[in-house]
Amino acid sequence: MARKTECLAMLLAGGQGSRLGILTKNVAKPAVPYGGKYRIIDFPLSNCINSGIDTVGVLTQYQPLELNDYIGNGQAWDLDRANGGVHILSPYQQIQGTDWYRGTANAIYQNINFIDRYNPEYVAVLSGDHIYKMDYAKMLDYHKEKGAACTIAMLEVPWEEASRFGLMFVDDDGKITAFEEKPKNPKSNKASMGVYMFTWSKLREYLIADEAKEGSSNDFGKDVIPAMHNAGEVMVAFPFDGYWKDVGTIDSLWEANLDLLNPVANIDLSDKSWKIYSNNPVNPPQYVAPTAEIQNSLITGGSHVEGTVDYSVLFSNVTVEEGAEVKYSIVMPGAKIEKGAKVQYAMIAENAVVKSGAVVGEDPQECADRDKWGVAVVGPNLTIGENAKVKAQTMVVENVEGGAEV
Amino acid sequence: MTGKNVLGILYSDAYNDNISDLTALRTAGSVPFGGRYRFIDFPLSNMVNSGIIKVGVIAKNNYRSLMDHVGSGKSWDLSRKNAGLFILPPYNFGGGQYSGRLEALRNTMDFIQASKEEYVLLCDTNIICNMDFSKLIKFHEAKESDITVCYKNGKYPQLANLMKFKPEADGRIKKMAVPPQAEAGEGTYGVNIIIMKKSLLERLVVQATAGDYDIFEKEVIMKNLDKLNVYGYEIDTYCSVIDSMQTYYDTNMDLLDPAISADVFNRNNPVYTKVHDDMPAIYGIGSNAKNSVLADGCKVEGEVENSILFRGVQVAKGAVVKNSVIMQSCYIGEDANLNCVIMDKNGVIRPRKSISGDSTYPIYIGKNITI
Repeated sequence: MARKTECLAMLLAGGQGSRLGILTKNVAKPAVPYGGKYRIIDFPLSNCINSGIDTVGVLTQYQPLELNDYIGNGQAWDLDRANGGVHILSPYQQIQGTDWYRGTANAIYQNINFIDRYNPEYVAVLSGDHIYKMDYAKMLDYHKEKGAACTIAMLEVPWEEASRFGLMFVDDDGKITAFEEKPKNPKSNKASMGVYMFTWSKLREYLIADEAKEGSSNDFGKDVIPAMHNAGEVMVAFPFDGYWKDVGTIDSLWEANLDLLNPVANIDLSDKSWKIYSNNPVNPPQYVAPTAEIQNSLITGGSHVEGTVDYSVLFSNVTVEEGAEVKYSIVMPGAKIEKGAKVQYAMIAENAVVKSGAVVGEDPQECADRDKWGVAVVGPNLTIGENAKVKAQTMVVENVEGGAEV
Repeated sequence: MTGKNVLGILYSDAYNDNISDLTALRTAGSVPFGGRYRFIDFPLSNMVNSGIIKVGVIAKNNYRSLMDHVGSGKSWDLSRKNAGLFILPPYNFGGGQYSGRLEALRNTMDFIQASKEEYVLLCDTNIICNMDFSKLIKFHEAKESDITVCYKNGKYPQLANLMKFKPEADGRIKKMAVPPQAEAGEGTYGVNIIIMKKSLLERLVVQATAGDYDIFEKEVIMKNLDKLNVYGYEIDTYCSVIDSMQTYYDTNMDLLDPAISADVFNRNNPVYTKVHDDMPAIYGIGSNAKNSVLADGCKVEGEVENSILFRGVQVAKGAVVKNSVIMQSCYIGEDANLNCVIMDKNGVIRPRKSISGDSTYPIYIGKNITI
């Protein structure tokens, strides 16, 4: 058996993120690029190591290749350890047969043996698709202080958005009195962040019971949490007031990237005391040419800018040629914006090429039908031909011929 | 022969005195260069990219920054169960510091003898060059050479004991001069990237020891030209031998030329360095950056032109940085003005201060200095 670990984290990274469309066709959502040099999963992984959690199980299922490759032995997050460290946990064959992870709870259930090896007191269950910086150690202290079986991180969201979240009702002592899942008319604005801290002996019990229960969807939110609540376990909400974003949709992913350029958004990646680590590709520094015009943007290693970049995030090895314009856009690794092309309110995925004179995306002010405005997306490795036009809200999933309009 | 059969030996502090400002607190090998690198990253990456998996780094003094930089060798994939990276400080040595490279080699002989590789590649760290050593290894083999010395044509670097020679048409070197003092002029000169059989090096070092001389270039190479097959191998990529603060400055500035930059940072032979996990560079509203190389972690609010900014440099609003090399974590205050300056790590320029050198005489500002 491995050395005892006080608190271990299980990171749910198997989700497809189907609303991200072409961006998650070949990669799991946690592997989607974010913020110039990161991927979404860097946030929970960095939070773990910064919080002193050095044993992390990453549950993968959908398109795990890129994610496995990216995480590697965990060295980038200082999670390559003789005892503990990061472990990729994929579904596996057992004597009873082969089974995919049927739900979030089932995924943890199938890995009870892994958790038991480290004999932890507590298990953090984290979602692999949120952007936030959080000290899980503080949450664990709170969990212990309240003598809870389960602690759920809670964020107060604007009332008008509350109906999109799983909501909680909390008494003065921090105890959760009731749950409400995405109600039409919300009576609470205290949303669950999908970050849980459990006392392992309790969770273990409920996972086994849930597995035995017929008709259960084996989901934390739908089955395990309500079961614990109904049985009268102590469940508390841990208040969090920092930046948190679920990047589940194209618009929210685009926004979350541009939030990095918004001083009001309260997400600071330059904080040396809470670094976000990532598996850095090997690249020379960025080069800004004499013709470049850059304003309010994030740019990273290996990029080469000759054109105009405004309010945008450029990932590694992006080329913006002379006369090209990139505005309010996210340009992912290796993409190339050729001479005179224009990219606005758009996301250009990895290694895509926007040929000269092409226009991708539309300014909402100039969009003919404002209701149909949205961020334009060009999928990975695709080419937008010369002088082609990609309208607002279009998701390009195949090459666009020169001069065409989609 | 492949790189796997070659032991790499790097001199981390050859010619420290030529750039004494930069090496006051570090070895030449750990001098910052090109926005996010240290000198040693270039030869070390060249070795790794050529398949060499065992490298000894000879350190003499002030090597803490070097050790901090290379660590276990992980960034170069040299943190290995077998072989990998070895720092070789002075060991069992009376004098405290080596006086020359031959003495250093003598002191390192245990390490060299215990290595299983058949060949040794000796390399200085003041050479900024992206070079495929496997071509050199092939050349050495094809010529049945005993010793192969890399060379370049052009202005002589201002270094003591520079090897000057004119190779024959087939590359053979039959005559060589090793003047003890730097000399002006131009021609063919040896760059201290030298390959030979390990057994030969062991023998030559012992022979030279008997004579009690300490100029490697003279005692080991020049004196054996008639007895051994010594060949010259011309370096066909960009290569700059740093021999002064001026070349240090000029070589940094060369990176602003996209063609040179593409050569130095050849995508097929990446240059590895220690990873810092800085966030991407931020260009603020009202900033103006032109013709510059910037590393991650920079924050530009002011104006930057023809400059190299290392990781974590901040240029405040209204500040103007031109023709300068600004090392890691420097802070340039509001409305400050810098021109032709080499600014070492962690420096601070207070608001509205103005410092100007000339491109033929850049001003050096020391580490941790506040102006």
